[in-house]
Amino acid sequence: MHDIAKDQLVKKGQNPFASKAVKLKRRDRAISFGLGAATYFILACTLYIFADIAFKGIPVVLKSEAPFVNFEFFTKSPETLMTFETEGGETYKMNFSEYSQFKRDHPDVNIVEEHSHAYSGGGIFGPLVGTALLTIICITVALSVGLATAIFLNEYATKGRFMDSIRLAIMNLAGVPSIVFGLFGLMFFCLFIPVVTSEPLERSFLAIPLGGGSYFSFEGWGTCMLAGGFTLAVMILPVVIAACEESLKAIPMGFREASLALGATKWQTISKAVLPYAFPGMLTASILGITRVAGETAPIMFTAALAHKDELPWQAANSIGGFFSQSVQALPYHIYTVAARIPQSEYTKPMQYGSVFVFMVLVMTFAALSIFLRIRYRKKLKW
Amino acid sequence: MKTYMSDQEDQMTLEPQGEDAPTQEQSAVDAMETVIEVDNVSFAYIPGTDVLKDISMNINKGEVTAFIGPSGCGKSTLLRCLNRMNDLIPRAGLTQGEIRILGTDIYHPEVDVIELRKHVGMVFQKYNPFPKSIYENVAYGLRIQGVNRKSVLDEAVESSLKLAGLWDEVKDRLDSSGLGLSGGQQQRLCIARTIAVQPKIILMDEPCSALDPISTTIIEELITQLKQEFTIVIVTHNMQQATRVSDRTAYFYLGELIEMDETTKIFSNPSQQKTEEYISGRFG
Ligand SMILES: Nc1ncnc2c1ncn2[C@@H]1O[C@H](COP(=O)(O)OP(=O)(O)OP(=O)(O)O)[C@@H](O)[C@H]1O
Ligand SMILES: [Mg+2]
Repeated sequence: MHDIAKDQLVKKGQNPFASKAVKLKRRDRAISFGLGAATYFILACTLYIFADIAFKGIPVVLKSEAPFVNFEFFTKSPETLMTFETEGGETYKMNFSEYSQFKRDHPDVNIVEEHSHAYSGGGIFGPLVGTALLTIICITVALSVGLATAIFLNEYATKGRFMDSIRLAIMNLAGVPSIVFGLFGLMFFCLFIPVVTSEPLERSFLAIPLGGGSYFSFEGWGTCMLAGGFTLAVMILPVVIAACEESLKAIPMGFREASLALGATKWQTISKAVLPYAFPGMLTASILGITRVAGETAPIMFTAALAHKDELPWQAANSIGGFFSQSVQALPYHIYTVAARIPQSEYTKPMQYGSVFVFMVLVMTFAALSIFLRIRYRKKLKW
Repeated sequence: MKTYMSDQEDQMTLEPQGEDAPTQEQSAVDAMETVIEVDNVSFAYIPGTDVLKDISMNINKGEVTAFIGPSGCGKSTLLRCLNRMNDLIPRAGLTQGEIRILGTDIYHPEVDVIELRKHVGMVFQKYNPFPKSIYENVAYGLRIQGVNRKSVLDEAVESSLKLAGLWDEVKDRLDSSGLGLSGGQQQRLCIARTIAVQPKIILMDEPCSALDPISTTIIEELITQLKQEFTIVIVTHNMQQATRVSDRTAYFYLGELIEMDETTKIFSNPSQQKTEEYISGRFG
């Protein structure tokens, strides 16, 4: 390609574009290298974390033989894991229930050394169920309250300084640490919110007799999934409100004007010409909210979650109200409990990494779903 | 419940029910029937700064009336007073005067703005069909009135689309999205949607300004046909358009009505110097 004669010409100093500021150029290169390095460093860290979790978690969740999935991990609730050595020098590892059975079956076996590892046996069924229930309650509450607020702020309220300050106050809630919401939930939903009951608890602040033996009692719901779900809902309300408002703002004014000019009332206009088109946006944003809520530990550890609970909500409850006033286990709190055990050992690790891996896959699935839906609706609804 | 077919005798729907309600003053002198009377109207978006100043005019039934004037002179504002779209803007309102449509003061407290807008439809500058099917776009106004009988809707959709000159182009794809049409077709769809609720008056705010010349011609022809059934008020920046479609023209300048007369007179022999200057293109 290169013509040698031409090269010579350029070298002779006839090149008007010859580089002059060598120093500047070197600095440019250094800066672009530095910026790139920072980016790749972060990328490497993220990849390392994902790889580490996957590497240690996959063997817990998947199996090499027939069904390939370790179903026990998903269908059993957490148990204490027992490890022990018998006089014969054999070592055993089993869940506590199997261990009791083993001792009953072999009363003659002498156990020389045994260790118990709390919550490291069994599976994660209970926490999975708990997290699902908490998330469902939270999203139901947050979406209905958040949607109502967003509609009011965006469609009904007269724009002005007062509304701006309300909006600012709501948005500021987003910066409050989640443990503060946990405490708020404990004081308000668990211990204060009024209920109608026939026998007020001792902790009730105030019990107003309603007649017929029932009381309006300020005693709260106690530690239960309802309290946890509501606490989580309050926590993500700012996000949901902002997302809903954003979706409402994206609907052209023309739709509202056209509808009103056809003789529609305000509510008809909102429900027929605005909400249907704003809904997809709200939904995708809310799914992202779900991933955040599902991962929160602080707001539920005082309000809803127990480190250990043998019964599942439907086993313990005999009514719908009873169902919702059950406390539950929850995945993030479960991970916390297992990881906070000291001493750690090779026996606690599978539970930790298995849970974290499942959790990560769930959250990533929801995030991907939300992105997928957003792209789809953006393509479909264009105006 | 008002149904699609029975609107012959409800000129009185707008009439407030109260004892002291203003009633129609019949002006038997005019051969032309006046449907809109604007009486010394001033209007402000922000209290204290009138953008319409003491405007009075009559708009006749079955005519096309054009509003012309330089940008910002208040044409759209007056138009949106006629179906009270300005109600949407907080603090905006008439500061004096009265607007009577079909003899009734439309800002009277007993006038239901919803009923008013069923009688006074509007077509916007930027065509704005809903992201629904063509059929549902046209049926929208009837559906919100509670009309759900398929036969009634079918008939209304067909006749409205025919009236808007769109039927032949879309009759095979009524179920496809209204947004899939060309700009001119979308604007005619909006016109069909407006006439489906059978208003008496149709307000159009620069209905062709976002369209190409061919679509513009089609809509102009449509307007001249529609005036047989509707009274039309149209805002336009296009002088030729005003001469082509309108019977009477009102010229506005800085919130004042300078002159209103027959379109031919305005464009051939205006009585005001300012009008003359504007239409001959010396400013504007
Ligand atoms: N929502 C509003 N709030 C405050 N002032 C407004 C509002 N809308 C219009 N105005 C002002 O009112 C005056 C009249 O506006 P209008 O839109 O009626 O003019 P126009 O004649 O329709 O102009 P154009 O030909 O550009 O559409 C303008 O000075 C404008 O700035
Ligand atoms: Mg205008």
